[in-house]
Amino acid sequence: MERKIIELEDVTIRFAGDSGDGMQLTGSRFSDTSAFFGTDVSTFPDYPSEIRAPEGTLYGVSAYQIHFGSKGVYTPGDQIDVLVAMNPASLKVNLPFLRKGGILIVNTANFTEKNLKLAKYETNPLEDDTLKDYQVFKINLNELVSELLKDSGLTPKQIERTKNIFALGLAYWLFDLPLRPTEEWINHKFGKRPQIAQANLKVLRAGYEFGETNELFAIRYKVTPKKFEPGIYRNITGNEAVALGLVVAANKAKLPLFLGSYPITPASEILHFISSYKPYGVRHLQAEDEIGGITSAIGAAYGGALAATSTSGPGLSLKVEALGLAVILELPLVVIDVQRAGPSTGMPTKMEQADLFLAMFGRHGEAPLPILAASTPTDCFDMTLEAAKIAIKYMTPVILLTDGYLGQSSEEWKIPDLNTIPDIPVQFYTNPDYLPYKRDPITLARYWAIPGSPGLEHRIGGLEKEDITGIVSQDPLNHQRMVELRAEKIKRIQQDIPDAELLGDENADLLIIGWGSTYGSIKAAFDRLIEKGYKLAYVHLKYLNPFPRNLGSIIEKFDNIFVPENNLGQLAFILQGTFLKPVIRYHKIQGRIFLSSEIENKILEILNAKGGKK
Amino acid sequence: MTTLIENVIQNKPITTVEYTPKDFKSPLEVRWCSGCGSYSILAQVQKILAGLKIPREQYAFVSGIGCSSRFPYYMQTYGIHGIHGRAIAIATGLKVARPDLSVWVVTGDGDCMSIGGNHLIHAARRNVGLKVLMFNNEIYSLTKGQVSPTTQIGQPTKSSPFGNIDYPFNPASLALGSGATFVARTFDRDPKHMQGILERAAKHNGFAFVEIYTNCVIYNDGAFDLYTAADSRREHSVMLEHGKPLIFGANNDKGIRLDGFTPTVVSLTDGKWSVDDLLVHDEKDTTLAFILANMTYNSNLPRPFGIFQSIEKPSYEELTIRQIEEAKSKTPDTSIETLLKGEDYWEIK
Ligand SMILES: Cc1ncc(C[n+]2csc(CCOP(=O)(O)OP(=O)(O)O)c2C)c(N)n1
Ligand code: SF4
Ligand SMILES: [Mg+2]
Repeated sequence: MERKIIELEDVTIRFAGDSGDGMQLTGSRFSDTSAFFGTDVSTFPDYPSEIRAPEGTLYGVSAYQIHFGSKGVYTPGDQIDVLVAMNPASLKVNLPFLRKGGILIVNTANFTEKNLKLAKYETNPLEDDTLKDYQVFKINLNELVSELLKDSGLTPKQIERTKNIFALGLAYWLFDLPLRPTEEWINHKFGKRPQIAQANLKVLRAGYEFGETNELFAIRYKVTPKKFEPGIYRNITGNEAVALGLVVAANKAKLPLFLGSYPITPASEILHFISSYKPYGVRHLQAEDEIGGITSAIGAAYGGALAATSTSGPGLSLKVEALGLAVILELPLVVIDVQRAGPSTGMPTKMEQADLFLAMFGRHGEAPLPILAASTPTDCFDMTLEAAKIAIKYMTPVILLTDGYLGQSSEEWKIPDLNTIPDIPVQFYTNPDYLPYKRDPITLARYWAIPGSPGLEHRIGGLEKEDITGIVSQDPLNHQRMVELRAEKIKRIQQDIPDAELLGDENADLLIIGWGSTYGSIKAAFDRLIEKGYKLAYVHLKYLNPFPRNLGSIIEKFDNIFVPENNLGQLAFILQGTFLKPVIRYHKIQGRIFLSSEIENKILEILNAKGGKK
Repeated sequence: MTTLIENVIQNKPITTVEYTPKDFKSPLEVRWCSGCGSYSILAQVQKILAGLKIPREQYAFVSGIGCSSRFPYYMQTYGIHGIHGRAIAIATGLKVARPDLSVWVVTGDGDCMSIGGNHLIHAARRNVGLKVLMFNNEIYSLTKGQVSPTTQIGQPTKSSPFGNIDYPFNPASLALGSGATFVARTFDRDPKHMQGILERAAKHNGFAFVEIYTNCVIYNDGAFDLYTAADSRREHSVMLEHGKPLIFGANNDKGIRLDGFTPTVVSLTDGKWSVDDLLVHDEKDTTLAFILANMTYNSNLPRPFGIFQSIEKPSYEELTIRQIEEAKSKTPDTSIETLLKGEDYWEIK
């Protein structure tokens, strides 16, 4: 059958169903295939905090969104072009995000009276005019797969479970994507259970064929692949990128890696990855609590390891006292906070950027420490390396802020060539003239001597100590000097961090300043507005303490500074306090990242109010 | 890849292991109150370390906060004076990163069992190779005399002016219940006994918990006199020795006999019982350990001192290293390049 083929720059597809429907798996297969095919990919898994919420409920809906294309793929996508809905609840929850005229593929099997009621539908949306604005394909997936697999020898339950693979096959057909990566994956995954492997392969191909032979589908889409630089690529989430970043940092520093951590959503995956790296010599402790996580890491750092602890907001709250200890001990330590919506337990699976104040100010006494923030899933790798480098060079704890969105979303990553990553120089002090708080004159870092070095036996501790000798001291002037030295040391990190990069126009009407995971949404909005002819400038901060050296001089040039954040204005507050310049705040605190359209509209609103021109 | 730590360890000059206790004295002046039981512990630790033939640079002492926790500053070894309650957790990380070190924890009854209770029980169950010396003075001393988790019931303190209504922990039972492989009790006034216990703890492979009755002359003076003072001690305490019957009394005229599972005091002079009827201590008997530890607050029984239990089990750090070695040997390619690629990667030419 001849089909009309429409070429697209980018498409957003969302697979949605019950928590038990395998949507996360379906979505991640689709994203791997589209990346393999050569498009740019950004994904977003959206799932409830209940492990298996009751079937059919609105709060039990699990979804996986993939934005892929040749251009402008910075976020998982504002609006959905294609929605695959496996039941009434997932239709109800996700329909608002489907663009008018978008494609909706519905599994009709689950539109029973009971499920409609659970989804709070008074009438069946497949029969009334709820879906009139969309191109709807109603398919009874359950019926199709049971017919297909009736002789497969699988149980009805096992057969039912393949329905998502059918939908996946159909989605591949719709976008002219290859089946091979998924076929290979099925063979690999079910290698030991050939019956199941065969069934899944059959259903996958049948899904594809279904599109090919069914005249309902009059149009096919083609997304042009992006031109990637040569190299080896893979998909990676922010959490995995952090874990790999730690391993590479330890390797580059020639230190053993130690992670002390306590499980917490959405940071647990870092612990999972690290604990699976035993073949690479990595040591870890799943501590009894977050305090044990960080303090064990402090002990390991004293012993000469590259030590790290990973957590999310509630855990960072518990680590606060120990962070102060790490500050006064002046030992290297990498602390990763995968921020989630707070306060308290908040919304554990949802993102937020509201721990900046905690990272910046959350310690008693004067206890400054460097704060870094990753901007994309792959940037989590680079910033973890940066965090380790700074921690070691300046003998200080470093907090790296990521968030639930960065941690769980994925994008393609050009795997770096290990040889091109510079070594992280470490020099353990071994000369017996050692004085624990004698400092390097340039960095002000004290020298690192580890147990096992004869003649360098020394004690460090949380009590204030005398400059240079490290002997316990309550001397008033010495205390002030030590407080100043510790602060000055953190300031000097500026020497080592790159200047802030200004995108766009230095003489623009508006400067946008972002940090962390807002990067994708801001960049997409920024690019569109520039294309439309607006004059804009954009700085995305990855170093929040200290700020890059040139940030002050950039800010000085602008009268209008716009700071969108997923908190009530924490960076805005710090910027205003530091540079004494008013900024325009804009917040979204919904557990979701900004839509790029939200940023775009807000910028236009500001420009209009200020009489800004194109 | 050899790490820089290995460079330090392997390339260091050969150090003498002939020491005197003085070699373990740091230049810092000791600042406990005169008469504090901690002085004796410091002296005994320095004495036994001198005889262990372990290079001095291999020792690390980690403490929390409290009078007792000043200890590391007085030792000419590596050491960390940490934060309140966290000594065991800090030491755990150090030991896992550096199994080659002899890692000691010095902690108080509050530090160890109140704010740090969670770390204590978990390090014990993991059998981390730490030697934990808990200076039990049944009081919070550094903060000037509040109730601690071992303060006796009814005792008035600064924070219990009407008498303490919190039942105390029995540290030995707590440690045993948490899975500690080595559990012992000694006291400040008997240097020889303490040295014997410390030496055994030092040589124990795994988690060693030593409770040391430590007199605080300021806030809880004489708390242990009944069990430790020369005139009352032999009537009110019993020394546990592996393979020996439990005999006590000023004239060695009493013993402990098991009546079912219940220890009872019997006289060795009234002709009813002889030494052969007495309970014989066995450090490897994990059931007996609980029975003996439970004698602790029973006023009809003498207070037991000595090693309640000493059993062998692979330590956490050994298991860590073993697991790494096994995982390495089963993985054909342990290069980081391969790790970075993961399972699904593709090449763009
Ligand atoms: C987080 C924290 N809370 C409270 C304190 C105050 N504090 C210091 S030592 C101590 C108790 C010490 O008692 P113990 O551990 O028995 O040691 P001792 O002084 O008796 O040797 C307390 C409550 C502290 N330093 N840190
Ligand atoms: S207050 Fe008590 S425990 Fe503290 S040093 Fe003095 S005697 Fe020792
Ligand atoms: Mg005490």
